[in-house]
Amino acid sequence: MKEEWKGFKDGAWTKEINVSDFIKSNYKKYEGDESFLEGTTEKTDRVWGRCSDLLKEELKKHVLDIDVVHMSGINAFEAGYINEDDDVIVGLQTDAPLKRIVNPYGGIRMVYQELEAYNYKLDPTVDKYFNEFRKTHNQGVFDAYTDEIKRARHAGLLTGLPDAYGRGRIIGDYRRVALYGIDYLVEEKKRDLANLLGPMTNDLIQLREDVSMQIRALDDIKKMALSYGFDISKPASNAKEAVQWTYFGYLAAVKENNGAAMSLGRVDAFFDIYFERDLELGVITEKEIQEIIDQFVIKLRLVRHLRTPEYDELFSGDPTWVTASIGGVTNEGESMVTKTSYRILHTLTNLDTAPEPNMTVLWAEKLPEPFKKYCAKMSIETDAIQYENDDVMRPIYGDDYAIACCVSAMREGKDMQFFGARCNLAKALLYAINGGVDEVKNELIVEGFSKITDEILDYDKVKEAYFKMIEKVAEVYSNAMNIIHYMHDKYAYEAGQMALHDTNVNRLMAYGVAGLSVATDSLSAIKYAKVKPIRNEEGIAIDFEIEGDFPKYGNDDDRVDSIAKEILEKMYKELSRHECYRGAHPTLSVLTITSNVVYGSKTGATPDGRNKGVAFAPGANPMHGRDASGAIASLNSVAKLNYADCCRDGISNTFSIVPSSLGHSKEEQIDNLVTLLDGYFVQGAHHLNVNVLQRETLIDAMNNPDKYPLLTIRVSGYAVRFNRLTRKQQEEVIARTFHEKM
Amino acid sequence: MKASVDSIETFGLVDGPGIRTVIFLDGCSLRCKYCHNPETWAMNEVNYDTEELVQKILRNKPYFKRNNGGVTFSGGEPLLQINFLLDICARLKKEGIHIALDTAGVGIGKYKEILELIDLVILDIKYADKEGYKELTGRDIEESEKFIEEVNKSGKPVWIRQVIVPGMMDNDLYLDKLVEYLKKIKNIEKIEFLPFHHLGFEKYKKLNIPNPLENTPEMDANKCEELYQKFMKKYEKSRK
Repeated sequence: MKEEWKGFKDGAWTKEINVSDFIKSNYKKYEGDESFLEGTTEKTDRVWGRCSDLLKEELKKHVLDIDVVHMSGINAFEAGYINEDDDVIVGLQTDAPLKRIVNPYGGIRMVYQELEAYNYKLDPTVDKYFNEFRKTHNQGVFDAYTDEIKRARHAGLLTGLPDAYGRGRIIGDYRRVALYGIDYLVEEKKRDLANLLGPMTNDLIQLREDVSMQIRALDDIKKMALSYGFDISKPASNAKEAVQWTYFGYLAAVKENNGAAMSLGRVDAFFDIYFERDLELGVITEKEIQEIIDQFVIKLRLVRHLRTPEYDELFSGDPTWVTASIGGVTNEGESMVTKTSYRILHTLTNLDTAPEPNMTVLWAEKLPEPFKKYCAKMSIETDAIQYENDDVMRPIYGDDYAIACCVSAMREGKDMQFFGARCNLAKALLYAINGGVDEVKNELIVEGFSKITDEILDYDKVKEAYFKMIEKVAEVYSNAMNIIHYMHDKYAYEAGQMALHDTNVNRLMAYGVAGLSVATDSLSAIKYAKVKPIRNEEGIAIDFEIEGDFPKYGNDDDRVDSIAKEILEKMYKELSRHECYRGAHPTLSVLTITSNVVYGSKTGATPDGRNKGVAFAPGANPMHGRDASGAIASLNSVAKLNYADCCRDGISNTFSIVPSSLGHSKEEQIDNLVTLLDGYFVQGAHHLNVNVLQRETLIDAMNNPDKYPLLTIRVSGYAVRFNRLTRKQQEEVIARTFHEKM
Repeated sequence: MKASVDSIETFGLVDGPGIRTVIFLDGCSLRCKYCHNPETWAMNEVNYDTEELVQKILRNKPYFKRNNGGVTFSGGEPLLQINFLLDICARLKKEGIHIALDTAGVGIGKYKEILELIDLVILDIKYADKEGYKELTGRDIEESEKFIEEVNKSGKPVWIRQVIVPGMMDNDLYLDKLVEYLKKIKNIEKIEFLPFHHLGFEKYKKLNIPNPLENTPEMDANKCEELYQKFMKKYEKSRK
């Protein structure tokens, strides 16, 4: 046993890199309530006070500052502090808080747009370098894209693809830095490299190059930490170091990459082991522990990436998805809730509510009752928590997985994913009716289909054409993804994050869909009511007349809920037919984040009666106002979608409720929310965002943003400050079904 | 058996304990001036049979397990479709579902039979004296008193509800009357005051029915709470 591990229980983890075994051998579950928690220290108040001022300034300017001289890189920036004397956990992305990094590896054109939007100019040397000598991911992708893919992208059949920005959604096992120290990780990687032998095929050559880059990245992490005065070559020897070392691992990731989602992983039980050891030794107090956690969380709240205005429109509110996975139970059914699970959530009280880190509670039936109640209480007070069903994820991913972004589970250090944004299911349905011609652009996007010319749409005929269209869309989508991730690995490889993975990592190809409820209700309308297309001169259906009523998704009605299931199963089956880059396994998510607004605006009128340009419902949510039987029926419909066999990358559902509808007293509200979560998840549902607020509050906040600087709400898969959403997105959130009863 | 159901709320949190599926049955013979569900007055076509509705309710069983969640029959006046109600409650009882009845107690008999099947009575006190009752609802108070008699015999727990309309119930005189009136009712577990609101006004317009309280302001929720505290003191005193 190494000196730094004194007091820990021995296990497989001392002989190999195995953080999961370390946690399970050493963590102490906590079944009490939140009464032990402490407030902030003066140091934390000063640090957060300065941040609050900076955040206000940033909100005004949108971007506080940009470093246009240094390019992204693990060790490319001088050390930076918030308040050097008060920073208990140190490290910033650049040399100053909220100063953003330029990352040209994803695409230099993006960088120009970003800088132009905020009146900055790139350093001429860098400019020349990336223009004349160095190719980027974006250029690589477009060199390989087919016309078919370009058309699908241009029309919005495929949107949000990471072909010009960092793909993100990779979680390094940052805990490895703390538990083992950099030197041991390098040793292990060197050993792996030495064993990567055999005929030098593409795969093997690529992996050898990857591992070599990983080794250099580890060395960079060590140097970066040294610039802050920390030698992280050896394991962390106490709790503060454990948090600091882990944070250095994470910090390296957000210095090197500007991925869409840069998630933290699962650190609660891990940190707790160190805190417990220090408590037992009598070298730390609860107040000091909370100070470390508060300051760690402050750092996570300051993570920024430079984005274009178009990107902001898609994913509004400057999200970084520093998703922190909390709680869960072990494979053996023991709760993994520790005091540190509480401490992390408690930052929402100590530092005010905030969207980041993206607090994600891994809900299980067997979580201790006091913890369930505490979570419900925090949801009611802050609207900042999302819940994901550990009982459906654990059988697939085990008990050391974490969530990336919103709903994407992966085993820490063992799985990575190729993020794939999403395809538009509602548009695909219109293409089936319109012979592959886009209803908005009036251009032929998908070849090989003929228009349906019936006066009244026939269900069987439309469904047949739709499913054929899905087959075609899956093919185009799969090709696009393979190209994107080939090029991303080639030009913008995340060496620092992948260094904190096993060398033989399992890859997931994460496809996604948007517009599920619109496509579902449209098919239901065609099946159960009479739908008559209104066609323009070219014979393109640009509107629909509906006669009669039809069952709508969101009312726990199998007649229509089965259609939603069928669409997803078909989509997944078709995607699975195609070979994935680097042997990845296909997965599927039903998640839109805030892009449901943009998807809707690019999509013509649909047969369910939705008008042209109207926003889709987010994620797997039923369409606004159509879930007329109350929240439970709405939840029951979503709970029918199959996670384990179809949508293993997550099924997002956002739920908003007016506080008075949740119960009379606070205790009743807490009890009822716990019951609701238990009832929803016991059916095998996957995810729920919970907002407990008045619609009037949102309307007031839209009109008087200054009155509500901290108002945080959950939107599909992440939390966001309401005042950072676009007006259109604010309106969409307000239009959403609020569950209230007179 | 078949029933005329106006609507179903699967996430009822204020009509009985826990999370409840609330079935709003059509039909009511009262015409309470403050009614916020005038669309349930008339009996419409039957649209559900017992088994269909039972299956719908059972879908929500996972949400019932804490705090005695279950089903609440409301309306309209659920007692008007009494034969259906007896049929479905017998069926739900077999499934072990907690049943509440949200009623004004103005039905057409078989009160004893239905009370045997249910677990909780949520009783809407319209007005605590004869004249006021008639004035507010358009009907005599006697039928509801018959029901109360049966409730007392059944020994079933009762939650009292009183809507507070400004100018009608928000005065000491009325509170005293109510204290007196509630002496008639055994097994009261809980008393709730509901502030009169305007959320049902749109429905009157839509249905083209004259709204008798069109010019009455909403009851302020805080004042209502104060009134409730005052009432509870009087009430507790009367019980000593």
